[in-house]
Amino acid sequence: MERDPTVCVIGEDVGHYGGSYKVTKGLATKFGDLRVLDTPIAENSFTGMGIGAAMTGLRPVIEGMNMGFLLLAFNQISNNCGMLHYTSGGQFTIPVVIRGPGGVGRQLGAEHSQRLESYFQSIPGLQLVACSTPYNAKGLMKAAIRSENPVVLFEHVLLYNLKEKIPDEEYVLCLEEAEMVRPGDQITILTYSRMRYHVMQAAKTLVNKGYDPEVIDIRSLKPFDLYTIGNSIKKTHRVLIVEECMRTGGIGASLRSAIIDNFWDYLDAEIMCLSSQDVPTPYAGTLEEWTVVQPAQIVSAVEQLCKKT
Amino acid sequence: MSLIIGHARTAAARLLRRSPASILLRRDSPEAPALGRRPVRRMGTARVGESVSTAYEECSDQVLDFPGGKVSFIPEMRFLSESLGERIGCYRVLDDNGQTVSGSTFHEVSKEVAMKMYRHMVTLQVMDTILYEAQRQGRISFYVTSTGEEAINIASAAALSNEDLVFPQYREPGVLLWRGFTLQEIANQCFGNKEDYGKGRQMPIHYGSKKLNYFTVSSPIGTQLPQAVGAAYSLKMDGKNACAVTYFGDGGTSQGDFHAALNFAAVMEAPVIFFCRNNGWAISTPTTEQFRSDGVVIRGQAYGIRSIRVDGNDALAVYSAIHAAREMAVGETRPILVEALTYRVGHHSTSDDSTKYRPIDEIEHWKSARDPISRYRKWIQRNGWWCDAAESELRNSVRKELLQAIQVAERVQKPPLEELFKDVYDVVPSNLKEQEKLLLQSVKKHPGDYPADVPV
Repeated sequence: MERDPTVCVIGEDVGHYGGSYKVTKGLATKFGDLRVLDTPIAENSFTGMGIGAAMTGLRPVIEGMNMGFLLLAFNQISNNCGMLHYTSGGQFTIPVVIRGPGGVGRQLGAEHSQRLESYFQSIPGLQLVACSTPYNAKGLMKAAIRSENPVVLFEHVLLYNLKEKIPDEEYVLCLEEAEMVRPGDQITILTYSRMRYHVMQAAKTLVNKGYDPEVIDIRSLKPFDLYTIGNSIKKTHRVLIVEECMRTGGIGASLRSAIIDNFWDYLDAEIMCLSSQDVPTPYAGTLEEWTVVQPAQIVSAVEQLCKKT
Repeated sequence: MSLIIGHARTAAARLLRRSPASILLRRDSPEAPALGRRPVRRMGTARVGESVSTAYEECSDQVLDFPGGKVSFIPEMRFLSESLGERIGCYRVLDDNGQTVSGSTFHEVSKEVAMKMYRHMVTLQVMDTILYEAQRQGRISFYVTSTGEEAINIASAAALSNEDLVFPQYREPGVLLWRGFTLQEIANQCFGNKEDYGKGRQMPIHYGSKKLNYFTVSSPIGTQLPQAVGAAYSLKMDGKNACAVTYFGDGGTSQGDFHAALNFAAVMEAPVIFFCRNNGWAISTPTTEQFRSDGVVIRGQAYGIRSIRVDGNDALAVYSAIHAAREMAVGETRPILVEALTYRVGHHSTSDDSTKYRPIDEIEHWKSARDPISRYRKWIQRNGWWCDAAESELRNSVRKELLQAIQVAERVQKPPLEELFKDVYDVVPSNLKEQEKLLLQSVKKHPGDYPADVPV
């Protein structure tokens, strides 16, 4: 926002309240309450506003207080945001960033635990990225703001409190690039967002047991970084996908298809995918915990896949 | 230091008002006040810890303060009636004979502007007739007429400036015509050829022109309303001498986006004109089944928006109303709601036959006796600016020009297959390049299935 005066923030309680997860804390005081705009409760409409502002030269960052509420904005996102650059013949660009916290939290109930990446992945014209660390959150946010395309940035409710040392200098990450978290030789584990941490926890156990997993945080949910993913598969010949979204129509489903289409010959075993079940997320603590993939399940899956020759 | 809230009667508490309306923070210097024009009244905002409500003074017997301000209270239980009883009056300048109504006030138009308006209204009418026929003949796949709403289209456009950003629904091509969109450009879009600015990607009548500040038509109803508010927000940030204008029908006012857009615009004090073409019908739904309020104008006040009802078939009234609305929108940075009453003479579109749900003599009545063009024509003829000969000459020349444009448009090549993958993103990404490759392979393999006259 300092670098570019056209960048502005639109959302509920983003101004003086600083945002429901404090992502925009302090911005209203610094940049004024027109550039950090508090809106009435109408997601479809403030998303529409953001689209109109973007077509007229601004670069809005639209916040859904919780990703799930952006389902109300689906009309604007699908029918207009993803489309108007195309249907106008390239005359109007929509450089918006649509972001918000999603994913399963701690007993927030079904409506506050949505994973929208599954629903949005089909919309043409959108780019989807998921951040998972303070380092990549900053880099991806900057890249998303600078992109001429509409980008949906998936943040996770449970990851806001992470602390990490990040470079003082300016850096911008590539929206289409995956992140190599742990290089390895034996099996490729593809994951994103919070599941990265469950995978890394499982990786510790696996290493102790003598396995050598390669962990990749795919980050870019649309399009997939098939270059990084492909190189990994060509090396390890085994793939496990670990995701938080529901099984049916999830990111894993698309990723599996893409891998089969492109790297079938390199696979020594079927592609396994661990996802949440196709149920609304329950409130009860234990039930909620078990809708999400746990490290123990990841360890078992790896063991199973590595048994095959 | 947070200020106290409560029943304190100290001077400090009395001073506790909403923070003074802060001056518009220009985007290039957060501290500098708005340059040039008088400071824009901003929504007052509270600092954390401050109260937005007025100081709690001694409550009298009659007045109580709640969040939102003071209200006097009444002991009898009284419900506000669902209607005012009398409908909000409709602003009109010309009577059915094209004579200015005595006592009417309106913004004078020069002969040049008045005649330009008339010519464009006729052009729109002729264009609609011919292109509707073209669809019937199978030359274009779809068309939407603006018959009966020519005054709305042209007069409103005439009262705006070219810098005002227009967010149309789909029955406002006249605004484009006014700004200089040619009949050839219209035909190109309807035929979806490669000269179309939309590159053949949208249905006919979904025009869009960045250079004329007319945002590409999008089919879903009402999506353009919040977008217009966003554009107005952008204009306000830049302090530009322009407003956003958005058009929609009576049916569009039922959409959730209508409510939120008006509400936002009022809260944000955005310079936007909401123009409702209340033409009585939303496809087959008459307004009696669309809402139970007194039309649309009555709703403006509910949002805190200044509004007016105007005779949409009276070109001079529409012109004056929009002229005034624009002045207020830009000068006072506020939204304005305009409800233009009119009648949709044509069918909803070429996919509709409105005789199925409304009487033919009703349509005929509005087509002839209440035609906005004939009414306006009587006025200009009375001024000595027009005659029958000029009329036939104009109609013939427009007809000729359009038929020529259609012939040309029909023959221009359709967009090549490669346009299928462009502009989805700023740059064609690898997955789309791959899909393009597969498609080209398929076309090469089955040349008989691919039309010979469409380039690849």
